[in-house]
Amino acid sequence: MEDIISKIKEAELVGRGGAGFPVYKKWELVKSFSGDKYIIANGAEGEPGVRKDEYILKNHSQEVISALELADKYLQAKEIFLYLNHKFKYLERKLKKQIRGNKKIKIIYKPKNAGYIAGEESALLSILENRHLEAGLRPPFPVESGYNSSPTLVNNVETLYNVSLVAKDQYQNDRFYTISGACFNPGVYKLKEDFSIKQVLELTKNLPAFDFFVQVGGDASGEVLNQKQINHEVSGCGAVTIYNLKKHEPIELLKFWVSFYVDNSCGKCTPCREGTYRLQQMLSAKKMNWDHFLEILDNLSYSSFCALGSSLPIPIKSYLKNINPDLSLT
Amino acid sequence: MKKKITLKINNKKVIAVAGQTILEVAKENNIFIPTLCHHPDLPVKGNCRICLVEIKGQKRLFTSCSTVVKQGMEVKTNSKKVKFSRNLNLELIFSEHVEKCPTCINNIDCQLLALAKRYKIKITEFPDRKNQRKTYKLGPAVEIDGSQCIDCQSCLQACELLSGISHLKLSGRGYRQEIKPVNKLKGKSAKEAGFACVYCGQCALHCPVGSAQEQSNFLEVEKILNNPKIKAVAQIAPAVRVSIGEEFGLKPGEVVTEKLFSALKLLGFEAVFDVNFGADITTLVEAQELVDRIKNKKPLPMMTSCCPAWVRYIEVYRPELIPLLTSSRSPQLHNAGLIKSYWQKLNQETGRQIKTVSIMPCTAKKYEAKRPELKVKGQNLIDEVLTTRELAYLLHKKGIDLKKLKPEKPDNLLSRHSGAAAIYGGSGGVMESALRTAKYYLSPKSKFKALEFKTVRGLQGIKEANFKIGAKTLKVAVVSGLKNAQKLLDQRKKYHYIEVMACPGGCIGGGGQPIPTNSEIREKRRQALYKIDATKKLRQAHKNNEALNMLKWLEDNNLSHKILHTKYFKRTK
Ligand code: SF4
Ligand code: SF4
Ligand code: SF4
Ligand code: SF4
Ligand code: FES
Repeated sequence: MEDIISKIKEAELVGRGGAGFPVYKKWELVKSFSGDKYIIANGAEGEPGVRKDEYILKNHSQEVISALELADKYLQAKEIFLYLNHKFKYLERKLKKQIRGNKKIKIIYKPKNAGYIAGEESALLSILENRHLEAGLRPPFPVESGYNSSPTLVNNVETLYNVSLVAKDQYQNDRFYTISGACFNPGVYKLKEDFSIKQVLELTKNLPAFDFFVQVGGDASGEVLNQKQINHEVSGCGAVTIYNLKKHEPIELLKFWVSFYVDNSCGKCTPCREGTYRLQQMLSAKKMNWDHFLEILDNLSYSSFCALGSSLPIPIKSYLKNINPDLSLT
Repeated sequence: MKKKITLKINNKKVIAVAGQTILEVAKENNIFIPTLCHHPDLPVKGNCRICLVEIKGQKRLFTSCSTVVKQGMEVKTNSKKVKFSRNLNLELIFSEHVEKCPTCINNIDCQLLALAKRYKIKITEFPDRKNQRKTYKLGPAVEIDGSQCIDCQSCLQACELLSGISHLKLSGRGYRQEIKPVNKLKGKSAKEAGFACVYCGQCALHCPVGSAQEQSNFLEVEKILNNPKIKAVAQIAPAVRVSIGEEFGLKPGEVVTEKLFSALKLLGFEAVFDVNFGADITTLVEAQELVDRIKNKKPLPMMTSCCPAWVRYIEVYRPELIPLLTSSRSPQLHNAGLIKSYWQKLNQETGRQIKTVSIMPCTAKKYEAKRPELKVKGQNLIDEVLTTRELAYLLHKKGIDLKKLKPEKPDNLLSRHSGAAAIYGGSGGVMESALRTAKYYLSPKSKFKALEFKTVRGLQGIKEANFKIGAKTLKVAVVSGLKNAQKLLDQRKKYHYIEVMACPGGCIGGGGQPIPTNSEIREKRRQALYKIDATKKLRQAHKNNEALNMLKWLEDNNLSHKILHTKYFKRTK
């Protein structure tokens, strides 16, 4: 079984969470801690503009399940959870068929109103354990103390899909890109993992003829880049959303971002629970106090409890910097 | 030995032990870091984001309550960035909290107000957003005012982890979330759901901003005091004298009994009494019952009943154990029973009604005082109950500075009490007092010197001991913290006698006591109680002649049963 670990290591698989943590290390860590082991396939996919998990589960679920079985062989897990967005219920029959015979694997859905935070590693544990949904304190990390306070492997479904390719020696350094927004050919595409935004848009015939800008890494937390910056690699979860520069409405866009965070904040910490609420109020007020607005954003990145709160400043600040530098001067 | 670590806080080199948090290390080195959601009695949450520090080399800030020190760390507790975020978070928190300071009992202890002053926060930077929130009343004891809640979740933890009830739940998400009492069973048993509150007030004691608070009765008490047709009398519980000084800047554990008498007189009470007298009565009644149960093979273990939160726990969640509770009433009721019978007879004035006000460390005592079966001849024995905090608030309001007052004596009658009564306020006190007397009852002739049963003392949640009395070995257990009691109940059959106090450390850690509380403060208060005991000549209830005379008087007047004993009922809500 060491075999699979060295294969994953050789393939240099990293988690898609953004932190770029090597997958083999996570597996090894879970194994190194004592106690019952648990495995969770994270298919909660809660960020707008990202559709790759659904795509993978629709087209490659067998691979995901065989990767879970590989992980199980390696870890001897007590239970395995396939944790899915409730929107994927339509896939249940097929999935159940595929996992039949493996009594360890259970399908659990992210509750309908649980929102984006319910996909975060520590928050999804609160759902599986039937506790009040909120982000948890780390350390300890799930690898040491996760589900039932036991060592738990949480891998995204894309990672698991890649693991099964690696095992079959079919991994070719591809990744999934979700293209959406103001374009002709939206969808999920499998392409080389180091492509630039421009390459991806060209190859998928989505490069607009009009003036545009893009948001990369999800409609909620992705960074906003202008037309000159599209030679950057596609980062994060591989999503590219295209906006029409002339037709978009700046304040409406800010409101969209802020509202998403207001609705998805778990409520645990002050900067996010209160800060996002105040941002929303400010955007609807007659007169905008930009200084205050930007202070609350800075405070989110300095002091929020989890990555959800600290990611709201990413789209807004990059938008103000790269697309609309005059807006906050009004 | 744990590994030693060196780090720098504000450029000063400090030494820490591996595993300590930055907050702990800062505290040891007298470096102040503000906190709101952190409570030493409870696990770390990291919710409020007030205790922020900057760590060299890191872009974001860290919460010192949840961040463990590392070798070579360089920490700044007051950098520009820290000030920026901490102050902004304080402003945001203040915008959740509708200020009601002038009429808020908690205004002496409010940690939020103190921080706002310290950092000169504009408390109205943002408009209040919780004006429309509801207030939830928990029986007649505690309330949660949603318009003041800052979402720190300490009350949830206190109720779940200290009291083991989980009556409070967080409902909703994001800025809409709200602390709510459980009022639906949703297919669960009452116990699983935490359906009934026991009124212990631990939620209020651990709330940093008085959003969870006692239901205040100071207005009613002011009315009593202002009414010339009422002769108002007060009685003070054993645990109040060692804590109320804290509300006036004294150190925890400073004993202010006589100053308290004079403060109450200044407020307008015409006579003041010490519940310690009632505690001696309770000891006599309870020891008698214990001996009777042992000698006559009646249900054992006998369990104490002077903590109303504990009694309510049994009545709601474990009614099958009701026969194990001693039928003895609690000290505040014994004392008030004598005030409203014996003392009232001697001191009645035509056209003036006597009303009693109890000063208690406890929120559950408000509920106990209102239990209908405790009335005697249709009259309530206790008309109002104030917590330690409420009395302090009232004194502050009237400009009475407790620490500057001259000592005063209590009323002549019902005042002699033993050292055994004094220790009722700490966990193990009731047990020890009863044992001192039960030992005498069981083998009156044995010439024992030992008065102190030290194994039942202290702040630990569960204490066990065996005592040889004559030929018999008495097995006892002493529990504080209702959650611990729930654990112990499974093994109850091992024991003859069990004392339970719902609050950590007993009433010295009571839900109505001064804020803040923590184990050091409770320990200081505890030691003060035992010091009172140790310096007394009279240390056993059965040597208190006045108490014995009162029992006789009650018997002669056919009042023993009515005033000394009570019944318990199975309750569904
Ligand atoms: S930043 Fe805070 S409130 Fe927001 S989702 Fe994370 S823990 Fe919850
Ligand atoms: S009074 Fe006690 S039982 Fe009731 S909610 Fe508060 S902590 Fe829980
Ligand atoms: S009621 Fe008090 S203790 Fe409970 S969450 Fe609100 S502020 Fe915190
Ligand atoms: S331990 Fe004391 S303060 Fe706490 S509920 Fe019981 S009687 Fe009240
Ligand atoms: S005291 Fe540390 S986050 Fe609240």
